[in-house]
Amino acid sequence: MTSEQPIRLAVIGAGPGGYPAAFLAAEYGMDVTLIDPEEHPGGVCLYRGCIPSKALLHAARLIRESREAEAWGIRFGQPEIDLDELRAWKDRVVGRLVGGLGTLARQRKVEHIRGMARFRDAQTLHVRRDGELVEVGFDAAIVATGSVPLAPGALRVDSPRVMDSTAALELHNVPQTLLIVGGGYIGLEMATVYSALGSEVTIVEMTSGLLPGADRDLVTPLARVVEDGVAEVLLDTRVTSMEDVGDGVRVTLQPATGDEETRTVEKVLVAVGRAPNTKDLGLESTGVRLDARGFIEVNEQRRTAEASIYAVGDVAGHPMLAHKATHEARVAVEAIAGRPAAFAPAAIPAVVYTDPELAWCGLTELGAREQGIEVDIAKFPWTASGRATTLGRTEGLTKLVLERGTERVLGVGIVGTNAGELIAEGVLAVEMGARAADVQLAIHAHPTLSETVMESAEVFFGQSPHYASRGRGASASRGPIA
Amino acid sequence: MADFVLPELGEGIEDADVLKVLVAVGDAVEVDQPILEIETEKATLDVPSSVAGTVTGVLVKVGDTIKVGQRLLTLDGAASASAPAEEPSAPEAASSEEPRAGAAPVEAPAEEGPDQGAAEAAPVEREPKPEVAAPAKGGEERDAVPSVEQQPEAPAASSSVPPFASPTVRRLAREIGVDIARVRGSGPGGRIDEEDVKRAAREAPRAALAAPASSTAAPGIEIPPLPEFAAFGPVERESLSRFRRTVARNMAASWAVVPHVTLHRTVDVTELEALRQRYKQRAADAGGSLTVTVILLKIVAAALKAHPRFNASLDMASNELILKRYYDIGVAVDTERGLTVPVIRGVDDKNIVELSVELSDLAERARDGSLTVDEMRGGTFTLTNLGGMGIGEFTPIINYPEVAVLGVGRAQQVPVFEDGKWEPRLQMPLSLSHDHRIIDGADGARFLTWIAEAIAEPLLIALEG
Repeated sequence: MTSEQPIRLAVIGAGPGGYPAAFLAAEYGMDVTLIDPEEHPGGVCLYRGCIPSKALLHAARLIRESREAEAWGIRFGQPEIDLDELRAWKDRVVGRLVGGLGTLARQRKVEHIRGMARFRDAQTLHVRRDGELVEVGFDAAIVATGSVPLAPGALRVDSPRVMDSTAALELHNVPQTLLIVGGGYIGLEMATVYSALGSEVTIVEMTSGLLPGADRDLVTPLARVVEDGVAEVLLDTRVTSMEDVGDGVRVTLQPATGDEETRTVEKVLVAVGRAPNTKDLGLESTGVRLDARGFIEVNEQRRTAEASIYAVGDVAGHPMLAHKATHEARVAVEAIAGRPAAFAPAAIPAVVYTDPELAWCGLTELGAREQGIEVDIAKFPWTASGRATTLGRTEGLTKLVLERGTERVLGVGIVGTNAGELIAEGVLAVEMGARAADVQLAIHAHPTLSETVMESAEVFFGQSPHYASRGRGASASRGPIA
Repeated sequence: MADFVLPELGEGIEDADVLKVLVAVGDAVEVDQPILEIETEKATLDVPSSVAGTVTGVLVKVGDTIKVGQRLLTLDGAASASAPAEEPSAPEAASSEEPRAGAAPVEAPAEEGPDQGAAEAAPVEREPKPEVAAPAKGGEERDAVPSVEQQPEAPAASSSVPPFASPTVRRLAREIGVDIARVRGSGPGGRIDEEDVKRAAREAPRAALAAPASSTAAPGIEIPPLPEFAAFGPVERESLSRFRRTVARNMAASWAVVPHVTLHRTVDVTELEALRQRYKQRAADAGGSLTVTVILLKIVAAALKAHPRFNASLDMASNELILKRYYDIGVAVDTERGLTVPVIRGVDDKNIVELSVELSDLAERARDGSLTVDEMRGGTFTLTNLGGMGIGEFTPIINYPEVAVLGVGRAQQVPVFEDGKWEPRLQMPLSLSHDHRIIDGADGARFLTWIAEAIAEPLLIALEG
């Protein structure tokens, strides 16, 4: 590559897809412009998603734990919640992280233009910044504009009482009653926060279970806790209309079987999904193509149908996860740098930060069944875990999805406190092609929750010291010799 | 903006050295305009652009070794473009129904011979390779670029069972162009490790070669170290070109693997020469040159048809003789860079004037280095003529995996005692080297005699050929 002609890269969107792309490209010696309307890099993830929600979930956990402690003879009394201070702390967390990214951008000599970008053609962007129009030419561009909350049909109501996830995270008040439309991860996480803070929460889910797509045996323990914490979970139910009636929102519910019902709640959170954000990007001036659901079509290198334009993150397809966007950013930048990169992960971890947490990676049991892949399942219930017992959190479950024949780990699913941290071992096992015996023979610290991963492998071989199973490995002699 | 990547150069050729860069940033480039001169194992070639536009970046420089699929240029306002930039790693992008989508027009004789022999032979020399080569046609880029392999919807994690290999091993496979789905893992449970990928990479291009010939040395022979020549006198070291290294390797492999027998015989070419003189103007009118070699091409093709074992390859792995029902004859050409062997396809189907035109063209282009790789491979037999340089008999080396080669020497007027008197006759020496593993000396003698008689009595071709 000729050094006197650095590649001019424009990155649109500074979320967890955009800013890592800009930073890595700068390390590769490219001439990088990062375009985003916010003051600092961070995007939805830092400003309005992952980070503020986790700050609030941590607060919620503390409130609940203080209650659980009563069972162990420790009484704190009713917590006093200063909402302004809680909100300020959350904002400080966000401010500190995004400010750090701003500094990193400057250190890497990434030019950050605060504005909205629009493609003029496949080599030029027009950026609106404070009323002026800046033209940015590029050799390659990465679209990392993420997604926006979806509010279809009856759920689109222009009222401060009807919130999307962004508004819910702003934490204006703790409503007496909160109805959450959508039993997916956003709905459940916000249910966890608001119910801990004192709201009477009702969850309405259109399908027959919470967290559609996740394995049921993992969802069940979580659903039990959620049901205990909230007022009501209405499955198989649709919201057919919503109306701001002054002192509340009147919501009409239509169950799959049975009669329509109307309730009035103080606030509503609509969390039915997110849509790729491709609006006003001027993509029609380029060869970029969208699929039927509005995602930008990309190949393995994350290159779009327009040779100079790449797309990463939520805008380029499911799963809409920050860490997937970051990995795609690496692939796109390496491809632009001329390296033979490809987006081909074996496992993308998904974590639901409810309490307990639910996490999985690689192949799910459901996925194996749908695709006709022959697998063996090994489960270790946390009732048999010493560490879970000391925490008073024995509702958890760890399970391995193993390829029949090779016994390699194709997927791992965990429900339980700290599942989001524990899943990392599962990702490594799947990506490295570890076999059940590898997991079993690797020494895990005792007493920890991570032992449950090793113990599930022990269960597979019928050798778990703490859990007697009659699973596949009924004979202990099948196991490996250490 | 568009990229131009190094297109497929032909089967088995993965990389090349850059000899010259013919464009610079700011240049306007048109479709088919040469942008690089490169040297592959077999030839020096120009790389023509498949896109038009203004060069905004030149990503390679003289001396670089570049790989198929590597980005060479970035262009602005690219008009006509190509899918190859998109999927260097997608073998399914071109189906096997389009053998040789490459730039070089090549006949596919394997398809012409529906009989068993051809079917057997074809896969060896003629395996249609999914090539994604420089498309000549223009077209809307936006229509051309989207490819079948785009599946943005399915995250690999949940769509199927991933390769049984760690991320770094998968990346290695991607980098060296190995399809990891086809690699057999040697680890526990069939896990694929780095060595497995490297082995797959080594085995793939060499599968057809019985003996590994990865160095310029003969396989299996330990070469003693060289003395310190500088102790005896001044020396210079000249690095071998890639071309020379390839010739060296192939010659060493042939010499080591094939037990050569060379038969010499002088043939009377008086009549042939008379015919040549009589008709050479016709060839010249058509743009060719009626040389002895051209006439010999036709005779040899007929001889090969009558002696199929000379138009064959030996597969030691399966203990089979592969008889080829196509007659593609290579002709050794002396060039500045060294020996080059362009191949004339379907010699049996062409008349001598046509052959003269084609050989003139190939020889000319061999000398100026503009032959394509496809024009230099797939031969079934080779002719080499040193007569023009005053050589009589010699011992040519077989162009592996062929099984025979015919050397032609300088013809001379010789007094021959015939019908009770001395007559001046034009005599030409022929040297036939053949692979003794499958062709015995007597077979060689019969073959050479057939040729000698066909030369002496040209009508014999029509009678028996």
